[in-house]
Amino acid sequence: MPLIKGGRFVEDAFVTVGDGDPLAPGAKPIVSFERFRKERNALLERNSPFGVRLKPSDDPALLHDDIERISVVAIEFPTFRDGRGFSRARVLRSRLGFKGEIRAVGHFLYDQLAFMVRTGFDAFEVPQTFREEDFQRALKEMSYFYQPSVDGKKTIRELRATR
Amino acid sequence: MYRYDEFDATMVRERVEQFRYQVQRRLDGKLNEDEFKPLRLKNGLYLQLHSYMLRIAVPYGTLAVRQMRMLAHIARKYDRGYGHFTTRQNMQFHWPKLVDVPDILSELASVEMHCIQTSGNCVRNITADHFAGAAADEIEDPRVLCEIMRQWSSFHPEFNYLPRKFKIAVTGSPNDRAAIKFHDIGIEAATNESGEVGYRVYVGGGMGRTPYVGLLIGKWVSKEDILAYLEAVLRVYNEFGRRDNLWKARIKILVNALGADEMRRQVETEFGEIRASGSLTLPREEIARIEKYFAPPAFEDLSDASEEYEAELTRNERFADWSKTNVTRHKQPGYAIATISLKELGMTPGDISHEQMDGLAQIMDDFGYAEIRVSHEQNMVLPHVRKKDLPALFARLDALRLGTPNAGLITDIICCPGLDYCDLANARSIPISQAIQDRFADLKRQRDLGEIKIKMSGCINACGHHHAGHIGILGVDKKGVELYQIQLGGSGAEDASIGDVLGPALGPAEIVDAVENIVETYVGLRQNGERLLDTVRRTGVQPFKERVYAAH
Repeated sequence: MPLIKGGRFVEDAFVTVGDGDPLAPGAKPIVSFERFRKERNALLERNSPFGVRLKPSDDPALLHDDIERISVVAIEFPTFRDGRGFSRARVLRSRLGFKGEIRAVGHFLYDQLAFMVRTGFDAFEVPQTFREEDFQRALKEMSYFYQPSVDGKKTIRELRATR
Repeated sequence: MYRYDEFDATMVRERVEQFRYQVQRRLDGKLNEDEFKPLRLKNGLYLQLHSYMLRIAVPYGTLAVRQMRMLAHIARKYDRGYGHFTTRQNMQFHWPKLVDVPDILSELASVEMHCIQTSGNCVRNITADHFAGAAADEIEDPRVLCEIMRQWSSFHPEFNYLPRKFKIAVTGSPNDRAAIKFHDIGIEAATNESGEVGYRVYVGGGMGRTPYVGLLIGKWVSKEDILAYLEAVLRVYNEFGRRDNLWKARIKILVNALGADEMRRQVETEFGEIRASGSLTLPREEIARIEKYFAPPAFEDLSDASEEYEAELTRNERFADWSKTNVTRHKQPGYAIATISLKELGMTPGDISHEQMDGLAQIMDDFGYAEIRVSHEQNMVLPHVRKKDLPALFARLDALRLGTPNAGLITDIICCPGLDYCDLANARSIPISQAIQDRFADLKRQRDLGEIKIKMSGCINACGHHHAGHIGILGVDKKGVELYQIQLGGSGAEDASIGDVLGPALGPAEIVDAVENIVETYVGLRQNGERLLDTVRRTGVQPFKERVYAAH
């Protein structure tokens, strides 16, 4: 699937692997949370970048001890109506201090992109029909925000104080 | 009241354009109905039985004159000349055309109004005591916190796809006129041991098919921490609320599955983390800044007694009747709170015509410090009226057919739109409420019966708050026949309780007799001027049940 990161289409350096699939030497895999928990030591010993794919029910706090070794956390949206991923991403950024890539995967809508960016997502697996300019447009629909989040944007209250 | 600055105004304007683009993509086929539905709902647009319905937010139930005039204008230009006030203090228009909706939103934006988050699985319009800022029993004006929460919850990036809808209500007074314990979160202003004003936070109240009274989760939360605390509750709900079953997705199910102690523990853990990060701590200056918007009007220095008022009471019996039920004590001497009944006998509860809205706008200018409230009981309230103006006010209201003297009486019925409008409904509610009004039309009798709150819903979703009615009526569908179930002993006030089901459902022809039998049983049993609710609580429902079903 095409990947948008930093606002543009990029080559995906990572490859999502199934739970039974072998890890090709030199490949940068994204593994399920269950596989990560089972094969944690082997993954860490590879000494090469890897990612973990969370289902919305997986608690990212359990990644805490290894957070600095993980390059990508992919968060699954089984349907666009399931909003748990927004909290998962935000907790990853604000509480676990995760600095790597948070990637949205699964079913989500154009209309959710701005919320995703606000809660810490910076990469998006999008359908073939998706256009780069749609992404830019989605982020420009709203200029101001009332509440603090993890995107570093000033809140309206902060802007009011500086005018 | 609150006034937008360039930031609020830009946001509402951009929201109109965002929605215009969503409608366009739906029409272009880029969004399917399944994807479009939650997007339109978040902008208050429903598809109902006969047409679209547009729900307009009235934040904490407060309206300014130009907003009232705009609602009248929209009723005239885009609808059938009337609108409907709901139990969530919002206004609904039941006959707009889809193609007109973006233009309606633009017109609303010009007077700082919108439909943002009036539906959908997000934090809905926040409601408050309709006597806010005027009530003599108030610790603080709840609208200050409501406005702070409105800003916090609008387009909240984390909480726009919750398991289900989320309703918050606030009371600034120990006497709860906002039914806070029947909300996902109910907030009550309260002082701690050192006399500091903060909040009690009740979580997990609700009606619908599984009614619960909210449990006290936040025993006392300081003002600067309240947003952090709410964010903690919402996060626990977003992560752990059920998403597998629409009927078990509200926070009340989570709270009651975990129990109050475990819910409190989880919220406290999350709260500790959020508070430590400091980003949601509310500075004193910000609270003070918002408070200024809700400063009371420049009251005149009046003595509490008014000769004009007293004289009219003795001279004009109809005015005296109206004053007894529709006038409430104000915190400022010489002033009163006036309740305007939208329950004229034979009319649809909560409905108001464009002429009445325009007339009220003029009345607001002339007598009401340019402000009016919508109550969750589907009435309107002029919060600040000089007592000496009450006679003139009543005459003007009466001329608009808004002088019905029944606030709190048996004909002041809360009623959802029911099967006449709503595609969720199982039964009609409006004709039943009209038939009850008709039966009890005699004002002397109404007054003798005292405070009786009848609340009626046309389906199990309980928009008409039937669980909290002294007498609650629920419309059900049994094999294509509309039937009505009666509950007795509910209360939406500070003594919140859920009414007990009286017995098998009754037909539309029997329901009014059943209400009459309940009322007559009460009259036979009542002691020392107790209300119907008090009698039911003292005797239980048995004597009422026996009388209602005696003929069966």
